[in-house]
Order: sequence, then structure tokens, then C-alpha cells
Amino acid sequence: MDIPFDQLLIQTINGIVTGMILALVASGLTLIFGIMDVVNFAHGELFMLGAYVGVIVLAATGDFWIALAAASLVIALLGAAIYLTTLRPLLGRDPLTTLLSTFGVSLVLQNYALWQFGPVARKIQEPFTGHFTLFYLDYPWYRLVIALLSGAIIGALWLFLKFGTYGIWIRATTQDRVMAQAMGIPVPWVLTVVFAIGAGMAGASGFLFGPLVGVNHAMGLDWILKTLIVVVVGGMGNIAGSIVAAIFISLLEAYASLWVSPAQAIIVSFVVLILTLLFRPTGLFAPSRK
Amino acid sequence: MSLVSENASLPASGKREGPATREPPDSRPPQRAFRGEGQSARRHALVYWIGFSIILALLAIAPLVLPEFWRRLLTEILIWGLLAMSSDILIGYTGMVSFGHSAFFGLGMYGAAAALLSAQPPNLWLAMLYGLVGAAAVAGFVAYFSTRLRDIYFAITTLIFSQIFYVIIFTWTELTGGENGLTFTRPPLAIPGVFSVPFTSTTLHWFVVGTLTLSYLILRRITQSPFGMVLQSIRENEPRTRAIGYPIERYKIVAVMLSGLFAGLAGVLYALQNQFAAPDFVFFLVSGEAVIYNVIGGIGTLVGPIVGAAFFLLLREGLSRFFTEYYLIPVGIIFVAMVIFMPQGLLGFMRRWLNR
Amino acid sequence: MSLIATAPLLEVEEIHTYYGKSHILDGVSLEVGSGEVVGLLGRNGVGKSTTLKAVAGLVHASRGEVRFEGRTITRSPAHRVARLGIGYVPEERRIFPLLTVIENLRTGLDRQGVTAARKKELLEKVYTYFPVLAERRGQAGGTLSGGEQQMLAIARAMMLEPKIILLDEPTEGLMPRMVSQIREIIDVLHREHVAVLLVEQNVPLTLEASQRIYILEKGAVRHHARAAALQVNDAVIHQYLGV
Repeated sequence: MDIPFDQLLIQTINGIVTGMILALVASGLTLIFGIMDVVNFAHGELFMLGAYVGVIVLAATGDFWIALAAASLVIALLGAAIYLTTLRPLLGRDPLTTLLSTFGVSLVLQNYALWQFGPVARKIQEPFTGHFTLFYLDYPWYRLVIALLSGAIIGALWLFLKFGTYGIWIRATTQDRVMAQAMGIPVPWVLTVVFAIGAGMAGASGFLFGPLVGVNHAMGLDWILKTLIVVVVGGMGNIAGSIVAAIFISLLEAYASLWVSPAQAIIVSFVVLILTLLFRPTGLFAPSRK
Repeated sequence: MSLVSENASLPASGKREGPATREPPDSRPPQRAFRGEGQSARRHALVYWIGFSIILALLAIAPLVLPEFWRRLLTEILIWGLLAMSSDILIGYTGMVSFGHSAFFGLGMYGAAAALLSAQPPNLWLAMLYGLVGAAAVAGFVAYFSTRLRDIYFAITTLIFSQIFYVIIFTWTELTGGENGLTFTRPPLAIPGVFSVPFTSTTLHWFVVGTLTLSYLILRRITQSPFGMVLQSIRENEPRTRAIGYPIERYKIVAVMLSGLFAGLAGVLYALQNQFAAPDFVFFLVSGEAVIYNVIGGIGTLVGPIVGAAFFLLLREGLSRFFTEYYLIPVGIIFVAMVIFMPQGLLGFMRRWLNR
Repeated sequence: MSLIATAPLLEVEEIHTYYGKSHILDGVSLEVGSGEVVGLLGRNGVGKSTTLKAVAGLVHASRGEVRFEGRTITRSPAHRVARLGIGYVPEERRIFPLLTVIENLRTGLDRQGVTAARKKELLEKVYTYFPVLAERRGQAGGTLSGGEQQMLAIARAMMLEPKIILLDEPTEGLMPRMVSQIREIIDVLHREHVAVLLVEQNVPLTLEASQRIYILEKGAVRHHARAAALQVNDAVIHQYLGV
């Protein structure tokens, strides 16, 4: 089959761009799971609300960076609030109760958005307009920018975790929550902060992605699905794994959309998931230790 | 899996130390009550069956006294109740939270649609057959892949499978009508060659009540059988059950198929009542709702989920009058509150009693 | 009964704990004085580890009281108990496997109110006592040998500058050479005026290293004496430990 090279190239870049956003969302989800065994079903809604908050602040201030910061911060705080009210009381119990609880929260948040913002999708202006030429094609700058920004945020997270006291606290708590407490690490506080960080990352991605598809209250549903797949394929709790998985799956989907409609391209990710669960359930990209 | 802490005191504040050490299970295995307890057992059975008959009678009379709107709502409640009850087999008895029920429900619905659109004259029993076979096939398929996984991975996988079927149904427009779904006519209640009587909303209601009652009795019998006991022992302590020598995976697969079968039956009933099939019902949110009904009503009770469905749907109906839009917000809040404060659900406290 | 003249550093009074329906600790009482090494002996499963965990705040005591420096800490969360100056070295060592040796130490070092200079001092001290840790400082904790992990677990607790360290079977599974190293470390702690509550199966070592001994059976203290007054082949030891 003859696929024109420029199509392939465009899809490659598209795949990487979507992959980076997905990586940002997924690393937040997997970070949360790794430290507290919670699958945050409401993660997609945090993404969606981040888009809305960003849009509102952008409209009010006209400044992209302020809007991005606002989206991240507001959603981070919302995340902390959600954690403290609906997850902390459930910590000692079966992890499936947290799945149910976050599912309930996602319902509430979705309908809240529907109530406040209405059912019609909002189109957002790309903050950086303009195209650049790639060979003989026009490719929008904005997409490249969001890929870079996502990468930057993930990089910042990595640095934060690797160095610095708080990074050590978070990693220690993830590896052994009980001993972390016995070492004087304020684990309840650490858990709240990590949830907030994960939420903030979802919020930021929502705002970055918004201009690409328009913002509406149901965006979260698609994303939670994709994110769950990425997180399982990458290995739950494995941040590096979910980044690789995100890009891998997004690329595959982008290529698939050359042949089939986007609605069907998603089957690619389902297939990858099933293969992963059959052959390497701990994660395709998880290092084989543990 | 136990949503409820059935023990007096928890170990450490903070972390449960690993999947094996949730609140430790009762060291006694689940048992049937000793039938030879004479008077008290007989009295219990009497009370139970009297209660059962009363409720059945009320449900039968209801369509005769209720206005049309409420009549339809009641029938719908019972259908969703059947769906929720089917998922209780997995959640409440085997300890597997499944988000795949929308696929089974949907296939039941579309199976019935297929029968009613292809065979002339439309045949009720053919619709049921197609629906059940479709649901069972899907359940078998899903079971094969997901039962080797535990806990969260099982839940996620079943969710993904729901979505796989959703996408297939949504995009395969030629076969399934795609986004718009399929419409068809309701078949008559007929025994070929003997009689044929079109359904009225009242007789359809009775048909649903009858089907639900029969399903309940069958499932109840199954959960109290040795097979059911093994399922519960898998819920309580899977490694131990495996160590004793039971082929866990096989039991789980049967459980999923059983559950899927009755979910498909609910789908058939829904198709009969509403005369259309749409992909929305295969979307994973429907599974989520079934799980919500289970949690609200009380898992492991079979009737609890039906009560949960009733509670949820009536609450939604009631709140939608006050909040006109976005009544799902208080409903969602109530659900989360129940997960936190009342994990045993409305009927959970009756769990042991209902299972004797 | 108090065999100590001054107010005890740690007082455990009649604590009860449950695990599900099992009654694990059935009224345990003991005391540890400042700088004292106190041994806790008993057969497997009598509740020795649980006692330490209850003191550390990792297990919930449904009745009774734990007091540290006069302050009641029975229901305090574990991280606050650690910050007050109680170090805990669990039976399975439980060093953070994916953190390097130095990062493991930092989980205890990185506290409020500790100057950079003091941190350096503490690290130097630990490297002197455990030179193998200095060698392996950049290595991941999970790659260390059993004995090295035990060193790390103790060193990590020392980073908290605790007034008492709870040691749970530190010599379990170690070679004789390492066992004597542990013995030395307990002496070092004693010299540094850090109290030790030592749970052990190794009776001779415990009798040598401790000033006082408690013997636990079926969730309560059955015997209490000065270590010097006990011999390995005493009737009491035979009775409760079947040694």
C-alpha cells in the first residue's frame, strides 16, 4: 500500500504530540497509583476541568502562561480537596472502594461541568498561531509547543522526584508506606501533595490540549480510557513506562488513522492492552524485576 | 474482596501491608446454616417466604393502580435491577468487580433486535434465545481474557472490553445501525400454534416480574449450592481456595458467563420494553451504574442490587424535579457518601439473613 | 514495680492489641530508662514484634497507654512518634529497595532543624561505624546483602538522632561474624546514651548486651529481671523459651 511520505510524517508528529499530552496525564495517574494504590477514575474530569479553567482565565487575562499556571494550580487544589474528602477515609480499605469512590466523583464533576458550562463544545484559539514548513508542508507551531511543554513538565517532575528531600519522601512512601512513617516522613501530607501534583498535571494537559479539539464536559471520558490503557501497558506505578507507552500507543493510533476513522483507530490501543495483559501483564515497558 | 470491615479493629493506621493482608478474613469458612436447627430455621424460612410473597404480590398489583408513567418506571427499575443482580454474582459472591456488564447487556439487546428484525413474524422466544446466546458468547470471550487477572486489572480489562464492543457497535453501521441504533416492533406473547396475544404495558410488566422472579430464584439456588460456596470462598480467600485444589479460573469463567447470561436477559427485556437498541447502552458508564446499584443496595444479597436500582432511579426521578438539570450531582455525592460511610449498602446488614 | 531510680524514658502500660478477632497483646507493661538496653525475649508469636510496633505507632493499641518522656503517645501517628525520637528497625529490615544507601539515610537525616553541618557530622559518624555503607553509598538498597541491609536499617534509624531505638531481631538470618558486629553496634548505641529495646531470639547475645530482661508469653510479660541475674540455662529461660 502506498502511503505518501508526507502523510506518514504528519502522523508521526501528531502521534508524538498526542503522546506527550497523554504521557503527562498518564504519569499523574500512575504516580498516584504507585503511592497509594488508587485508580483515580476522576482523572479524566480533572483534565476536562483544567481545560475549562484555562479557557476562562485565558479569556480574562489574555495571557497563555497565566492561564496554564491557573489551570494547574486550581486543579491541583481541587485534587487535594477531593483526596481529603473522598479518598483519605478509604485508605485502609479494599482498593476497589477507591475505584468506586473516584467513579462517583467523576460523575459529579462531569455533571458539574455540564451544569456550569453547558453541553456545547467550546472552541479555543490556539495561543500561538502560525505554521512552520516541514519539507513542503505546513504544520502548526502550537502542536509542537505543547509537546515541548509537556516534555518540560514531565522533566521537571522527574527532577523533583530524583533530587531534593520531597522527592525522596515521595519515593520512599511509594516503596514502603509503613517504613516511611517510621522514619518520620509525614505520610498523610505526602499523599495529599502527590494527589494534588497528579491532578495539577492532568489540569495542565487539559488546557494544553484544549485548542486541538475544543473543550466540552465529556472530554474526560475518552481520556480516562486512553490513560488507563497507557498506565496498564506501561506498568502501573511506572512513570517512565507510561511515558513510553503513551507515545507508542499514540503513534500506532496516528498511523492507524491513515486507514480507518479515528473512532476505529482506538481499537489499536485496545489490542495493545489485550496483548500486554496476555503476555506481560506487569507492563510492556516495565523492567523485569520485582 | 470485602467492601466492609467485618472485624472489630484494624491493624496499622496508614498502610494495609500488602494485598494479602486486608482486614483478615474470618477464620471460619462460609457455611450454610445448619438446617437441623429446627424451629428457628423453619421460622426464618417462613418469614422469608412470606415477605417474598408480599413483595411479589405488590409488584403484580402495581401496574393496575399506578399511572402509566410510574408503571413504565417500575418496569424499568425491575429490568435494571435484573442487570444489577446479575453483576452481584461477580461482585458480591465471587469478589470480582466487573465493568463489563454493559457489553453483556448490550449484546442481549442487540441480539433480541437481530431476531426481531430478521424473523417474521417477530418471535418472542427467538429474541430471547438470540439475546442470551449473544450475551453468553461475549461473556465467554471476555471471561477467557480477564479471569486470569485479579482485582483492579480485572476491573479495567472488563471496562476496556465494554468499550471494544461499544466501538464495534458504534462504527459498524451497516450491521448495527451505528449511532442511531435499531428500532423494531415488540413481539406478541405467543406460544406458536397455541395462542398469540400482543403485550400491553401491564402484561409486559408481569412478564418482566415473572422473569425477574424466576431469575432470582435460580440465582439464589445457585449461590446456595456447592458451586456458589466455592465462589464465596474465592471471594474470601483466593489463594487458600486455590491451594485446596479448586480450579479457580474455571469457576471464575463460569461465574462471568452466568453473570453475563442474566445481564443479557435484562438487555432482552429492555429491548422488549423500549423497542430500540442503541450503542449508548454498551458504553462503560452503564456498567458503572450497575456497580453503583450494587453498592447502594448491598452486595452479596441478590435483592440488594434491585433495591439499589430502585433507590437510585427513584432518587434520580425525584431530584430531577427539584434540580431540573444536573440532578446527577447530588446523586453522585450521595453515592460517594455511601461508599465511605455505608459500604454495606442498604440491605448489607441483612446479607447473612438473606443468604440462608 | 520499677527497678529504675529516675523517671523512665519509655513506659508501656497494659496495652492490648487485636488482629481481627485474635487478641495479640493481652496487657503488656514494661519500661525502658534513658540509655538503657532492655531485652525482650519469648517464643515465636508471643507478641514481641507487636509490642515494638505498638510503641512505634504502627499498630493500634485498643487499650492501655504508651508514654515517652512523660508524654502520652498511644494514639499518635507513627511519623510523629518517630520525630519525637523513637527509631524503629523492623524484623525484615525493610530498607527502601529503590533508594540508594545515602537516600535511605536521608529519609532520616532530612528533618527540620538539622543544619547542613550536623547532617555531615551524622553521616561521617555512620560511615565510621559502618564503613561498608560508605563504600556502597551510591548503590540501590535492594542490591545490598542481608547483613549490609541490616547495617543500613540501623544506620537509617540512627539518622533520626533518636533517644531510643526499637530493634526487632537484628541478628536473624545473619552469619556469626555479622552477629558480633550487631553486638558491637548495640554497645556503641549504649555508649552514645541511646536506649535500646531489643527483641531477639538469640538468648546469649541478649543477656550479654542488655541491662534488664523481660520475658513475654501469650501476649503478656511473665518475667522481669536484671540480665546479670539470669543465666542462659536458668530454669526460667527453659520454662518460657524452651531453650
